[in-house]
Amino acid sequence: MQRIGVFVCHCGTNIAGTVDVKAVAEALKTEPGVVFSTDYQYMCSQAGQDIIKNAIAEHKLTGIVVCSCSPRMHETTFRKTAAAAGLNPYMVEIANIREQCSWVHKEMEVGTEKAIILGKAAVAKVNLNTPLIPGESPVTKRALVIGGGIAGIQTALDIADAGFPVDIVETKPTIGGKMAQLDKTFPTLDCAACILTPKMVDVAQNEKIRIFSYSEVTEVKGFVGSFDVTIKRRARYVKEDVCTGCGLCTEKCPQKKVPNEFNLGMDNRRAIYIPFAQAVPKVATIDPNYCTMLKTGKCGVCSKVCTVGAIDYKAQDEYVQEKYGAIVVATGFNPISMEKFDEYAYAQSKDVITSLEFERLTNAAGPTQGKLLRPSDGEHPHTIVFVQCVGSRCESCAEKGKEYCSKICCMYTAKHAMLTRDKYPDTDVYVFYIDVRTPGKNFDEFYRRAVEEYGVHYIKGMVGKVSPEGKKLKVQASDLIAGKQLHIDADLVVLAAAIEPDKSARPLATMLTASMDTNDFFTEAHPKLRPVESPTAGVFLSGACQGPKDIPETVSQAGAAASKVIGLLCKDKLTGNPCVAHSNEWMCNGCSTCEKVCPYGAITYIDKEFRMPDRTTKVRRVASVNEAVCQGCGACTVACMSGAMDLKGFLNKQIMAEVDAICK
Amino acid sequence: MQNKTERQKEQILRMSGVNPLKCMRCGKCSGTCPSYDEMEYHPHQFVYMVETGDIEPLLKSESIYKCLSCFACVDRCPRGVEPAKLVEAVRILAIREKGGNHMTANDIPALSDADADLPQQALVSAMRKYSK
Repeated sequence: MQRIGVFVCHCGTNIAGTVDVKAVAEALKTEPGVVFSTDYQYMCSQAGQDIIKNAIAEHKLTGIVVCSCSPRMHETTFRKTAAAAGLNPYMVEIANIREQCSWVHKEMEVGTEKAIILGKAAVAKVNLNTPLIPGESPVTKRALVIGGGIAGIQTALDIADAGFPVDIVETKPTIGGKMAQLDKTFPTLDCAACILTPKMVDVAQNEKIRIFSYSEVTEVKGFVGSFDVTIKRRARYVKEDVCTGCGLCTEKCPQKKVPNEFNLGMDNRRAIYIPFAQAVPKVATIDPNYCTMLKTGKCGVCSKVCTVGAIDYKAQDEYVQEKYGAIVVATGFNPISMEKFDEYAYAQSKDVITSLEFERLTNAAGPTQGKLLRPSDGEHPHTIVFVQCVGSRCESCAEKGKEYCSKICCMYTAKHAMLTRDKYPDTDVYVFYIDVRTPGKNFDEFYRRAVEEYGVHYIKGMVGKVSPEGKKLKVQASDLIAGKQLHIDADLVVLAAAIEPDKSARPLATMLTASMDTNDFFTEAHPKLRPVESPTAGVFLSGACQGPKDIPETVSQAGAAASKVIGLLCKDKLTGNPCVAHSNEWMCNGCSTCEKVCPYGAITYIDKEFRMPDRTTKVRRVASVNEAVCQGCGACTVACMSGAMDLKGFLNKQIMAEVDAICK
Repeated sequence: MQNKTERQKEQILRMSGVNPLKCMRCGKCSGTCPSYDEMEYHPHQFVYMVETGDIEPLLKSESIYKCLSCFACVDRCPRGVEPAKLVEAVRILAIREKGGNHMTANDIPALSDADADLPQQALVSAMRKYSK
């Protein structure tokens, strides 16, 4: 028989406001096994914990029930308290009488009754608890960073700086991400390439960092501390270790009509290409969709001009297997498609562009060598209209827009407007806004400079319609403050498109069993207190994959994610969770159902010799659980038809005892 | 006892099914409105004035008959507020208080045959707006 102590917490008025805590402590005193019961204002405080420790010693308690907040909040606290007093931490049970009781009820009577019932259930469970001892698992001291934009680069550099090896997997032929496409960065207007490319070079030169470019993660197995990851290295038809990046092949390739994705299709590249001059790794890649040699077998110009013999038309996709202790997701974002916003005529006119296209048009390495020219006729635009919140804060049109604020558009539009007025003072610049949102260091000052020093016309209102007429774009918009409808003949219209998570994020989340929100942004373990960790142990979040972010915020989050990874990789062993599945081999009928439902691959089947009652031996096929891999989700215990599978700490009989106590 | 304005507001909201609190005051409805210059009160003002209960001026204004019921504002509103439905509701309220429609129901079939894609509400609005 257990000797159980019950400790009821007031949580100030959080619980005591709607639950008569004294009545709960009194009612639970008479439950089977309970030898001690009390209440206290804050059980989690040092004084509260001392009450528990003293009671354990004084009353020789073998089990503890704490009626308090959610176990997510303080279960660990009370387990540590019990352990400090010499009790097995798994002899502690929490009855959640705050989130699931006092916070949802308004009447004292109802709240108290429910709290007593919840307490009784916990007591019934503790009566069946047994001490559990967690196992240990090793930590592979290597990290994987998925995505090679500024977020992935910063995370990788910081982890490598602490001395741990890091691999970056990037789907594009080069790292650099979106930041490499930008012209200037707000609010200080330093050139994006000038601050990014040194970091890219640092990555390339760091001995601890390996770059898998033009690659993707195809399979993730295992768990925190030892993930088994398969990386697909797509065939780039150029030997990475041989190519010197001289670029001769990219000049001689006769296939000139390939839309250049780096410039968002605003100019063309060759079928063999290096995305941009500062690419890392600076290695050519053959685009198999356009290469004449790969498609028809006739050409081979690049192979002929290559002085080092780096071209390999017969290259195949390769798969690399590697073990990692931690995984950082840094898959980033993309602007949403503008095709469905008919009112802005994006699909009808070349002179209606997105802000990212505008970045390329003003970038010295872009299709116009940095001269701001209309894409349709190459003329200098004299009237430019910027439209903010295109597809952002768009609740009604889920199929085209996003409900959230994309966060970065107000600032980059102010930047575009300011830079345009600075370089081309003869240009009229209008910005249509719903709200100007510029929280951030020196951000509002930046926006005000655009208005006050550079004379950008900020108009509170939205553009309703853009219609191409001849060489002009007729813009019809409202000016809410003047109470007027405006008609502007614009030469160029720039749409601040909403941003969305990269399309690769959803399948990756499935592989990692990491949770996502409805917008496909990765969910953090706690929105305030654990912002860079995924709820899945060993998976960390960096950059815009977790939510819209500007560069300063991305870099700080990247550093934070790195520090969490370092904290994990520093450990030699991880203490596991002892609440794992366990199979009663005598009851197991070898049906394999549990193996199929296990999301972690923790169950295998083995042939085992059994001594039968008649002293013969018999080989039977039975389930075997790898306790280091099992996460204790309990899927197998529900699926097992013979009732052989059980979850330690949550045994079927314990759950039933709880249900019985509630129904009594 | 509700006062008259509150009763009118409730009627308008019930008839239109519009929740003006969803409006984020972006002004896209008025930016897109082809009848803007004809109207004394503009689509976004309809939303705001109904929300604040400033309904009497709307009922008296000719703006309710200037709305073309083209539904551009309904189509483009990023928050799904549907201002044209609100204008329509104010119009219905005005007509109810005056007592009587302008067209007869018998005129409707001919209009709906003309263009099958014509929104039903546009037909009904037409009936209330134009006299034979």
